[in-house]
Amino acid sequence: MPSNKSVSDAPIIQFTDCRILREHKLQREDLWVRDGKILDPEKLFFDEQGYADCRLDCGGAIVAPGFIDVQINGGYGVDFSQPCEDVSAGVSLVAKKILEHGVTSFCPTLVTSPPAVYHQVLPQINVHNGGPDGAGVLGFHLEGPFISSEKRGAHPERFLRTFRSGGSDDLMETYGSLDNVAMVTLAPELPHSQSVVSTLRQKGVTVSLGHSVANLSQAEDAVRHGASFITHLFNAMLPFHHRDPGIVGLLTSDQIPAGRTVFYGMIADGIHTNPAALRIAHRAHPSGLVLVTDAITAMGLPPGRHTLGQQVVQIQGLHAYVAGTKTLSGSIATMDMCVRHFKQAAGCSVEDALEAAALHPARLLGISHRKGSLHYGADADLVLLDDGLRVRTTYISGEEVWRAEL
Amino acid sequence: MKLIILNDYDQASEWAAKYIRNKILHFQPGPNKFFTLGLPTGSTPLGCYKKLIEYYKNGEISFEFVKTFNMDEYVGLPRNHPESYHSFMWNNFFKHIDIRAENAHILDGNAADLQAECNSFEEKIKEAGGIELFVGGIGPDGHIAFNEPGSSLVSRTRVKTLAKDTIMANARFFDGDLSKVPTMALTVGVGTVMDAKEVMILITGAHKAFALYKAIEEGVNHMWTVSAFQQHPQTVFVCDEDATLELRVKTVKYFKGMMHVHNRLVETLPSQQKK
Repeated sequence: MPSNKSVSDAPIIQFTDCRILREHKLQREDLWVRDGKILDPEKLFFDEQGYADCRLDCGGAIVAPGFIDVQINGGYGVDFSQPCEDVSAGVSLVAKKILEHGVTSFCPTLVTSPPAVYHQVLPQINVHNGGPDGAGVLGFHLEGPFISSEKRGAHPERFLRTFRSGGSDDLMETYGSLDNVAMVTLAPELPHSQSVVSTLRQKGVTVSLGHSVANLSQAEDAVRHGASFITHLFNAMLPFHHRDPGIVGLLTSDQIPAGRTVFYGMIADGIHTNPAALRIAHRAHPSGLVLVTDAITAMGLPPGRHTLGQQVVQIQGLHAYVAGTKTLSGSIATMDMCVRHFKQAAGCSVEDALEAAALHPARLLGISHRKGSLHYGADADLVLLDDGLRVRTTYISGEEVWRAEL
Repeated sequence: MKLIILNDYDQASEWAAKYIRNKILHFQPGPNKFFTLGLPTGSTPLGCYKKLIEYYKNGEISFEFVKTFNMDEYVGLPRNHPESYHSFMWNNFFKHIDIRAENAHILDGNAADLQAECNSFEEKIKEAGGIELFVGGIGPDGHIAFNEPGSSLVSRTRVKTLAKDTIMANARFFDGDLSKVPTMALTVGVGTVMDAKEVMILITGAHKAFALYKAIEEGVNHMWTVSAFQQHPQTVFVCDEDATLELRVKTVKYFKGMMHVHNRLVETLPSQQKK
């Protein structure tokens, strides 16, 4: 029965018997949803004299905002950076599969590639909300090619680039368009990078620092120009040194402009970051911690040998090795696993762990008014979890999109 | 009059909640037969609301066919202000149960025409067939709803200027800032509550002991408005031991001696339990 007299005829769902994450606390409250948005039930009651059309018993589950992964390179055999005719099919496959990890939106991440790849891939994926077909795309995360050759990691050296004067022309020449780009990772020590940072910010693109040998003052300068993220903290940057803490020093810098937060990505898979390092970062700057999977092609594949592009990968437990060696070929972490590991390793509260996977990335991308929290008016992208933080059900815009088989 | 004396606040709250539960169950409400319930705000009834919510969650009672009428509301306080009685009722009762908004009546302290709002409230009570059970609490000065000392004992729903004592007592809810405390309220009158078929007054704590004494052992007096209920045919006072401190031993012993009879009123009614 339509229950609303004035605002909308859309059905109202009331999630009952749950603990919802709101105001940094798990609270015994019902969660109300209409039209894909979280509804203020008190206003509904007194202003509209409305009531729920359907009640969903959550059986005591935790209800948290859906997870947001701002760094994921692929998975299930798909490599987003592999140029092909139908990139969207690959993105769609991963988008669908990561629903079971509680991820409701993500930034497909491209590693350093030749301009032709960007020109071919970027136009194929538009920013869009998620739904039954998969998690929403918030825009690409372009990791490179404007990074340090010394700290390039697995990025192919021949495609690295630098900025000529101005820098904006190089951006457009390389990427083609920034229409579907949410974030760019660059090295702030590259000449002319500061004006590029400003340009990107003006275009609404989040700037991240990473794959860099920058010292702290270069990093602080980049933050003053608008950079707000650190790509996989500790990895691919100068190690922390007490006389020049480098990019890591941003976590406790006193040069961050008032009202701004520097966020940092953490691969909390228990493999890529030592738990002690994870704790150092978390205790120094808890509100900036953003969990990322940085997952590669092999994420989601069963144990055994897999041929992925030019590489043969051996998956053993939580490790993905270059076959025949003990060299890690990248992260095969899933977001729900990272949340569980982060909580256990950091000894933090459930609330902290869940916020690092939803609220913090949403704030980083400047979308916390609609994603990453359960406040009234936000998108009803939800993940229902048991007390062990295992995903039971995932919702996007109030619609069930994945459910664990019991 | 019945005076129910329990050991402490929790037991008094539970007794009152069971009494309300049984009243609703006996009434057998339905789509064409709503149970009408008058409700108070404040700290005293909180325990009673918690118990009622528990009975609802256990499936013992439903509020689907219950109409509620609240006693009072501040004038000029935004509806969503945490101290408004709308917020109180939503957070402490309504959001936990299955009552429909259209059946939950609270005076609108922001109405353009306050007296018209009061008149229409009286009208709604009349349309609902009068109130079956009016539950109330009292202040230390014996006021019921916002019928401060000196209020007419035949008063109806109206705008009321709050006593200085009440404003000072309320300051703690408004950052201790007297200038933020509402100075006026809409309230049902003593006469409005007197019209209910039955009235239940909750009184707990030593600081209410003198008021309870004035309410039942002295004469009817408009300076202690709750004393008006001496002339109501069906009144139940539910109190804890502390609230009886100013009563005569004789009074307390008499009513305690009847507890075994009165307790039958709150026994579970298995035959009438709803799903």
